[in-house]
Amino acid sequence: MSILIDQQTKVIVQGTGAQGTFHAQRNQRYGTNVVGGVHPKKGGQTWEELGLPLFPNVAEAVAETGANTSMIMVPAPFTKDAILEAHEAGIETIVTVTEGMPVHDMAVVYNTLYPRRDDGTFAKEGRPVLIGPNCPGIISPGKANVGIIPGEITMPGNVGLVSRSGTLTYQIMHELALAGIGVSTCVGIGGDPIIGSDFLDVIERFAEDDATEAIVFVGEIGGTEEQKVGRWIADHIPQTPVVAYVAGFSAPPGKQMGHAGAIVKEGGEGGETAAEKKADLEQLGIWVGGNPTETAQKMIQALGR
Amino acid sequence: MDLMEYQGKELFRSHGIPTTPRGEVTRDAAEAERLAAGFGGPVMVKAQVLTGGRGKAGGVKYCPDPSAAREAAEAILGLDISGHTTELVLVEPASDIAEEYYLSVLHDRVTKGYLVIASVEGGVEIEEVNRRTPEKVVKAELDPTRSLSDRQAREILEQAQFPAEVVDEAASLLTRLHQGFVASDATLFEINPLIKTTEGRVIALDSKVSIDGSALFRHPELEGWGDVVGGDSREAQAQQKGLQYVELDGDIGVMGNGAGLVMATLDVVNEAGGHPANFLDAGGGASAESMATGIAFVLENPEVSAMLVNIFGGITRCDDVAHGVLGAIEQIGGLDKKLVVRLDGTNADAGRDILEQAGNPNLVPAEKMDDAAQKVVELAGESR
Repeated sequence: MSILIDQQTKVIVQGTGAQGTFHAQRNQRYGTNVVGGVHPKKGGQTWEELGLPLFPNVAEAVAETGANTSMIMVPAPFTKDAILEAHEAGIETIVTVTEGMPVHDMAVVYNTLYPRRDDGTFAKEGRPVLIGPNCPGIISPGKANVGIIPGEITMPGNVGLVSRSGTLTYQIMHELALAGIGVSTCVGIGGDPIIGSDFLDVIERFAEDDATEAIVFVGEIGGTEEQKVGRWIADHIPQTPVVAYVAGFSAPPGKQMGHAGAIVKEGGEGGETAAEKKADLEQLGIWVGGNPTETAQKMIQALGR
Repeated sequence: MDLMEYQGKELFRSHGIPTTPRGEVTRDAAEAERLAAGFGGPVMVKAQVLTGGRGKAGGVKYCPDPSAAREAAEAILGLDISGHTTELVLVEPASDIAEEYYLSVLHDRVTKGYLVIASVEGGVEIEEVNRRTPEKVVKAELDPTRSLSDRQAREILEQAQFPAEVVDEAASLLTRLHQGFVASDATLFEINPLIKTTEGRVIALDSKVSIDGSALFRHPELEGWGDVVGGDSREAQAQQKGLQYVELDGDIGVMGNGAGLVMATLDVVNEAGGHPANFLDAGGGASAESMATGIAFVLENPEVSAMLVNIFGGITRCDDVAHGVLGAIEQIGGLDKKLVVRLDGTNADAGRDILEQAGNPNLVPAEKMDDAAQKVVELAGESR
């Protein structure tokens, strides 16, 4: 098995411009079951590069192809509507690659997809899985690739990988491959202020996946999300080998490094620097690499190889 | 994008949020005196900088007459406030303050929605109030798919124990603050202090506004508002070029695609014994042009003795990057520093071929991130 996507997954692509076409074609060549594209003005035409039909909207694409997953590559101003359209058409897994989505739009999307319960938690059960926005997507090596992750740098295996940062995900995946470690599924969740699925949403799925024996998660400075993940792992899956990497050991406090959350607040409550996160996670029994290469080496150790 | 106080107030007024009487900004002390004379009566002269703590630093002065306004502007212009040089002052009619409160609307990552924060303790840092007397800071969560009703606004203010006589006016101000916040694609609309004047009016004495940079495409009315930041720091210059850049104090230039990868690159350079001069993220989907701009910008820094470009291609294609590297070299008129370029991922082989064909001895290819870091640290040492 794998999580979220496999050979049976039927993928449509919202956003069939140059980037959408390039990556959809690459996904198709990888073996992903891409079944069509959505373009409001080109419904009924053929998506030449992929030899697939184009549909005027997601509902029609779903009705015709049985698609259950969508890859969203539309420009940022239209991303909110694209996600809501996929949701309304019954798409189960929505992978939003688009970067630069306004945070207000994402706040509306999140609260529409996952209505808030009275206790402040969000209802995610039975709702679509949203990955992203501003993320590299999902790959289950040898089975399917939905997004922009370069498939040739990894191979099938039993390690689940989840990360906030696109290119750093590739780096870690590549280091694992060089160390002879393959991946069951890799999910890039994105680094925006509000994202659909977070570390825990993905790790809970890995915990239930027969094909995933070990987990790597890649965090960064800022906030204390990594510690929350660490505590969940210690409480629920203490026997599973887990290795983390936290980017930003040399980041100065008070400076935002790209991602919305990648900032260590001056005079904060603590636990937000890479060194603090490493110490906290190690205390919880999680292995932590000091850099991508060491992270892969620690995975070898954690697996007892 | 952060706004100056005067811009924030302008935006507030456009959404019907009452503020201090409209003032004028100037970069000139004599002009400050003329402005004060024009307003008649006492004025405030306030440093316009994108940082807090202006009052403590001497950046806010009460001036009973025009000549005092001139002296105040002379003292404030050029003043360094937490590393920001004051280039602009706001001259505005002074308000008579009876009481000071705090009110803000902001984005909250945890609740994936908006927070209203209200407190009757205003005029001081809200974090400080929260630490000392958390019961005096009310935080109300709002669902972003709904508007804020007048009743809800009143409840929040009553819970925060705003005096009964100001609740009506403050509630109306809060609903407008919320509407303006949403309409402007803001991430923060903060009023500290919100004041009750001696005549009993409730107005914004200050403003702190941040706008979501990703949403500027739908705000032509804000075009150019970020440009007044000024300053000649390299970070300000980078911002104007649209670069995700943070200046650090080392001598090895670093650029990569993707914030996480760049942070990891800094870690690896550090571990190899080097000191990064900067953080520069060319973005996940960096084009040849943006690569060229970024590389040229880093190499032009006299503190930089060697540079590492670390690219893992995904949506970015390494052949595009290679063209960008060559474009940067052309842009700065040749390469006199060592430039280590590590290419991996999408079209990496094509990219490496392009760089090799250029035959530039200062252009050093690398395949692995660790090796690239080792190389750049060695080469930086050589050129010192």
